[in-house]
Amino acid sequence: MTDVALVELHVNGERHDLAIPPRRTLADVLRHDLGLTGTHVGCEHGICGACTVLVDGAPARACLLFAIQVENAEIRTVESLADPDGGLSDLQQCFSEHHGLQCGFCTPGFLMLAEGYLAEEPEATREEIREVVASNLCRCTGYQTITDAIDDCASRRRAALQAALDTAPEPTAGSTA
Amino acid sequence: MGEPGFRPDGTWVGADVPRREDPRLLAGRGRFVDDITLPRMLHAAFVRSTEAHARVTAVDLSEVREVPGVVAAFDAADLGLADITALLDRPAEEFTPTSMPVLARDKVRYVGEPLAVVVATDPYAAEDGVEAAVVEYDPLDPVVTEAAALAAAGTPVHDEAPGNVLVDVSLFATEGIDEVFAAASASAGDVVVTVEANTGRQNALPLETRGVVADWDDRDEQLLVRTCTQVPHQVRTVLARCAGLDEKQVRVTVPDMGGGFGQKCVVGREEIAAAAAARRLRRPVKWIEDRREALTASFLAREQHYTARAAFSADGRILALDTDVVCDMGAYSCYPFTAGIEPLMASAEMPGVYRVPAYRVRGRAVTTNKAPTAPYRGVSRPQYVMVMERLMERAARELGLDAVEVRRRNVITEFPYRGINNVTYDPGSYLESLDLCEQVLRDEGWLSRSGRDRDGRMIGIGFSCFSERTGYGSGAFAQRKMQVVPGFDISQITMDLDGTVTVTTGTLSHGQSHETTFAQIVADRLGIGYDKVKIVQGDTDRITYGWGSFASRSVTIGGSAAAAASVKLGDQLRSIAAHLAGVDIDSTRLDGRGGVRAGDHTYPFAELADVAYLRAHLLPKDVGPGLTATASFDVGGDGTFSNATHGCVVALDPGTGGVEILRYVCVEDCGVAIHPRVVEGQARGGIAQGIAGALFEQVTYDELGQPLAPSFMEYKVPTAAEIPDVRIEHLETPCAFTADGAKGAGEGGTIGAPAAVLNAVNDALRHTGVELDATPIPRAAIFAALSLEEAS
Ligand code: FES
Ligand code: FES
Repeated sequence: MTDVALVELHVNGERHDLAIPPRRTLADVLRHDLGLTGTHVGCEHGICGACTVLVDGAPARACLLFAIQVENAEIRTVESLADPDGGLSDLQQCFSEHHGLQCGFCTPGFLMLAEGYLAEEPEATREEIREVVASNLCRCTGYQTITDAIDDCASRRRAALQAALDTAPEPTAGSTA
Repeated sequence: MGEPGFRPDGTWVGADVPRREDPRLLAGRGRFVDDITLPRMLHAAFVRSTEAHARVTAVDLSEVREVPGVVAAFDAADLGLADITALLDRPAEEFTPTSMPVLARDKVRYVGEPLAVVVATDPYAAEDGVEAAVVEYDPLDPVVTEAAALAAAGTPVHDEAPGNVLVDVSLFATEGIDEVFAAASASAGDVVVTVEANTGRQNALPLETRGVVADWDDRDEQLLVRTCTQVPHQVRTVLARCAGLDEKQVRVTVPDMGGGFGQKCVVGREEIAAAAAARRLRRPVKWIEDRREALTASFLAREQHYTARAAFSADGRILALDTDVVCDMGAYSCYPFTAGIEPLMASAEMPGVYRVPAYRVRGRAVTTNKAPTAPYRGVSRPQYVMVMERLMERAARELGLDAVEVRRRNVITEFPYRGINNVTYDPGSYLESLDLCEQVLRDEGWLSRSGRDRDGRMIGIGFSCFSERTGYGSGAFAQRKMQVVPGFDISQITMDLDGTVTVTTGTLSHGQSHETTFAQIVADRLGIGYDKVKIVQGDTDRITYGWGSFASRSVTIGGSAAAAASVKLGDQLRSIAAHLAGVDIDSTRLDGRGGVRAGDHTYPFAELADVAYLRAHLLPKDVGPGLTATASFDVGGDGTFSNATHGCVVALDPGTGGVEILRYVCVEDCGVAIHPRVVEGQARGGIAQGIAGALFEQVTYDELGQPLAPSFMEYKVPTAAEIPDVRIEHLETPCAFTADGAKGAGEGGTIGAPAAVLNAVNDALRHTGVELDATPIPRAAIFAALSLEEAS
């Protein structure tokens, strides 16, 4: 309580210098020191995944990390997904279209989980996506529409990539592997 | 979303429009209670009982007040709040009144019961403060089980109820019912079947735990309480009474809410205590329940014990039903529903979708040293439907008939149907949903797949048929004899200068999408875009007294009130237009494009609003300035019944006793769906919670009443690995008296799932002769049944 640590955090591309007790969790720092309340807390013991954020691109439970542990990492929260002018990302759009959220409390966790996973596994099948969805809890949806949303986003991204490749100029002979 | 504009056919109702709630929730810009931070805000934590049953001999907070960061600590005597009391208007032999203190005084009745509130500059310091509290107990024998409660051997949980029974009603008792059972027993072809079933204690488990931020405002002379509740006006009433304030001195607002499922539709002790502390300290106080508190010390539900028997004729027709249900309500009666919530629901509704000619029921609520009970999605219906469906299955077995065929012979097919339980059922599709559900599973090839699969797993198929009374009006609740009778809803609509409208509702969305669906209902009445409608909910200063959201009442009752207010506003607009055009009001109409057609002139709403507000001298004499209309809605009769049939296919693993759900089909009828995708979402989410209760979740205690499932490690909440995809088919039997013909859709999924899963498991165990009648279905029992068979 008495001692305070100076911590430099990098969140959504912004640098923050904080003086915080060393026992303060990343979830609390994001929510209550930085005012990034999109990251939610549903259990504080690592099961529900509502607090999922990206730490150097990989999904992590912010309730299980002390802020001081991630000083040199790049943190991304749900607030980073939409455009600065409020336009929703493709993933967010898919959640809305598939009704992948009801109360929306679990949603930031699922979005960050999916964002991290699809970046790693763009070719994921619906079954593989369902297995990843099983990392977090949702009490409202029954998970089906969350899985559908992520699956749809993955196909759209693959289609977009394919379209980009199709319209890209023919590679020269020397550049093919 | 693009330009919503006008739908070509003029109807928003029935369209899967983008949800108005989504953009903020997806962007992480929702505002849940823990997202609120106020200047000089303090944080509360509760000193809670470590004993299940004890006299409290001392609460010493002196050390607490020394902890760095702690600003204050209050016990019951310090706050001096009146108790929370919920009553039934029933005679003493049927109901024993008890009270729930906001903070326990001389006695504690469950582990986790709040004894004192500690307020500190940050939540970590508040927790440290709690650790420093010293409470002395004189332990009493805990009453942990229904059997112990009914044995009433030791000190009762409440002195007022020496037998530990809070509610005891015997109802209906059709004349001659004993003779029907006697004749069926004596007859060669008829059968009498019995089911003894136990259902586990469960937690409704909103992912957002309960919480409150309270603040005394000197300018408004008001205690402003932001709390996650499904019933803001009830919180206001109770807080005002407990704290001795006028209702006008309390304002309850509800921010975004991460689910409730009933757990938040009763008034919580902590929200009252935190608000009282804020008033005392004249500083904002926040309390956020942690998960351990939510799992052990919040409101729980569903622990019931049925002893049921039914007589059936040789051709499978039910002749009589006799049931005894005991509900373990834990330590206290909740406000406003009382400990009668579960036994009265079960007793009143148990015959369900079936034509039962003779019925007798005894329903009891016992009190035990466990955290108290609140309504939980479905309230008793998941349990009694399970028992009814077990009776159907058992009768079918004994009679050598197909279980679906037995149901077919018994479901109500002619409406309105006046049941033996004195309830009139409005039209539904009980038979059609059963037929369609069976057809879907047949078409998918499941009906021929019973028996062992290639991996040696046993496959079983189960069905459940049920209806759900939605839209309980004041009359229906009055029959329960609650002293506080919920039912109606009042809506107020105001049109502003630009023709956009703001509509209040006494209901409260916490995931159900009312900002969207209510806007659809209103937009259709006025012929405007649904984006031109703003819904205001969850604010006792802005909304006339309402009953919040529970019992699938929102769209049926709240939606109908909003529709009625919209129609009145439309009439107001028409009379202004008629006056301006110099025509009779009968020759005006809303043009469905945001204006009024009067004679051969069209007046856009903005033009009429301009007159109503800025040039009131032009108004007709009988129309006052401004554009506001208020309407209320109540359901006169017995409400409206949604119905469904669920079909479930399971595979049992003989190696582990594990249950995998291979297929789940839901054929549902909630009348006209305002937003079909939202209805499907409610069904799927409900089914997931029903499966959770059928297979996974149980709140357990040791013999001393210590909770054994204080975290998600022990309380097993199913994930996407356990919850299957659900195929949903819609039937539509419109309600005759709600706006748009909608019926409630919030709870049905949860109601049907335990029965369907249990029947499927029993079907897969058929060859073993073992039948199970408990939820969560014990995996060990499945394993034992299958190993017995392997061994033989
Ligand atoms: S809050 Fe972090 S996993 Fe639940
Ligand atoms: S949408 Fe409510 S918990 Fe997932």
